[in-house]
Amino acid sequence: MLNPNLKLNTKIFADDCEQLPIRTGFGEGLAIAGEQYKHIVALCADLTESTQMHLFKQKFPERFIEMGIAEQNMASVASGMAAMGKYPFFSSYAMFSPGRNWEQIRTTIAYNNRPCVIVGSHAGVSVGPDGGTHQAIEDIAITRVIPRMTVISPCDAIQAKKATLALAADNKIAYLRLAREKTPIITTDETPFELGKGQIMYRPDGLAHVAFVATGALVVQALRAAKFLEKKGIKVLVVNIHTIKPIDAELLVQVARETKAIVTIEEHQVIGGLGGAVAEVLAQKCPTPIEFIGVQDLFGQSGTPNELIEHYGMGLDAIMTATHKVLERKN
Amino acid sequence: MQHKIDNIRELQIQANDIRENIISMLLTAGSGHTAGPLGMADVFTALYFNLLRHDPANPYWEDRDRVVLSNGHICPVLYATLAQVGYFPVAELQTLRTFGSRLQGHPHREFLDIVENSSGPLGSGLSQAIGMAIASRIDTGKSGSRFFYCLLGDGELDEGQNWEAVLLANKERLGNLIAIVDRNNIQIDGYTEDVMPMLDVAKKFESFGWHTQEIDGNNISEIIDAVHRAQGVFSQPSVIIARTIPGKGVREFERKFEWHGKAPNPTEAKIALDELRTLGGKIKSEHK
Repeated sequence: MLNPNLKLNTKIFADDCEQLPIRTGFGEGLAIAGEQYKHIVALCADLTESTQMHLFKQKFPERFIEMGIAEQNMASVASGMAAMGKYPFFSSYAMFSPGRNWEQIRTTIAYNNRPCVIVGSHAGVSVGPDGGTHQAIEDIAITRVIPRMTVISPCDAIQAKKATLALAADNKIAYLRLAREKTPIITTDETPFELGKGQIMYRPDGLAHVAFVATGALVVQALRAAKFLEKKGIKVLVVNIHTIKPIDAELLVQVARETKAIVTIEEHQVIGGLGGAVAEVLAQKCPTPIEFIGVQDLFGQSGTPNELIEHYGMGLDAIMTATHKVLERKN
Repeated sequence: MQHKIDNIRELQIQANDIRENIISMLLTAGSGHTAGPLGMADVFTALYFNLLRHDPANPYWEDRDRVVLSNGHICPVLYATLAQVGYFPVAELQTLRTFGSRLQGHPHREFLDIVENSSGPLGSGLSQAIGMAIASRIDTGKSGSRFFYCLLGDGELDEGQNWEAVLLANKERLGNLIAIVDRNNIQIDGYTEDVMPMLDVAKKFESFGWHTQEIDGNNISEIIDAVHRAQGVFSQPSVIIARTIPGKGVREFERKFEWHGKAPNPTEAKIALDELRTLGGKIKSEHK
């Protein structure tokens, strides 16, 4: 059952569950943060509405900088603004920021220790018809490897809003990963959110056989798979990791000890993403069989989000196969 | 401000001392860049001993002018200047590039927090200076009294990010931004015009909407006059193309791209120091 302490949306398993793009939560959150914190500024590389930054721009035009299609310049201009006491949020598609401007982020922001938030929208293959050039599935890997970088991947629009507000209060160097498509609303306004803390969202009756550790837009997939498998007699515990770095190692170890089998689920390459981060922790602290759901070292292509999720092995069937595999390895 | 010098000959003496310190620290370090730092000693002298609003006794003064060094590899001239103007003891220069030193091979503000930015990877300094200038304008509602200087190399202009930044500075009409390009015509692989022809740099900036001047970057009075003119430009960013002689002050090193990225050995350093000391003596005797 859904963890009652988290006050999640009880309609999450229903067909008519409300859906919103995760990025809209960011846009609303930033506009509110702009009221609360005068030192917040926003920069965008010609994708203001796509990344939902227009909500901030409308309220604070004097604190918004239109950068044109120039992501490298954007990262370093943000660094310069941070040097003068501003807290810049800068956005584009994840493919271009942190994709194209990785070195500027590494040197002029992280190495230089100038707090800024990199907002990467349209992450994952679910970008759909635009095709592989626009589907960022390497962004978690390239950001979490940078020292001082916090990496956040919210599971729905409400969580994205809370993450944005939490970052605004914290002045961290951070990457905020957002998805384009409408995603079912899992959390509610009452759901707690703390940076760096994983959330056990679903618990079966009795001891779980396996834990799903998921992030971003695929958390809902993990929940629905858990519910489905429960009917087949497989008891699944579902963890939402919204903060991929610093990762909640304590919770991961606790869950690994309890279930002794893990399936990680993410819309990202299986190399270097959430799965890699979980494996790094458990290999050292609690060696546990893990199966990795994600893109298997391939590039994306055009299609509908659902077609692509299925094709690249992140759908319900793939999760069930991975579950059976990990249970075999466990025994 | 105690460090301020108006007399040109006295400034030339400072520049000559900076060059001696550059050679001496590079000799001790055993690696580093020689040509660029020697060529830019006059620009650094003019800035730190005359033009900048800053206070070595109060390095975090909020209203100070900001200097963003984009081509971090010429840091020996930055370090020598900061030491001579009073930010830290000259003796510390001998720690350049050693483990635990504040004087990292390329500037790192985590080690030396009086520098405005960490640098090394080329092409991103101008963007940072622009970010600072925009932030300052948001706070003051106008360009304000602070100036934001960016020092960059001509070889560095190969990096496309500079031109993204050049476009933005024009769009934002940043009158408080003054870029100084070290036009010394060399980079690691050879002469700039062979590696990647930059042609007429001033014309390029001008066509992007910048106020442009071209000067002899080894002539301190010309540098001071040009910066004063740039300070008087209100609705445009300014660039000063400073034509410098790489390796300036040591005939053996001058205009040779081979000296871009190496340090002198003891024999070469002795030749260089002898020449600079003779030159220093000459300036001083003329000064009397």
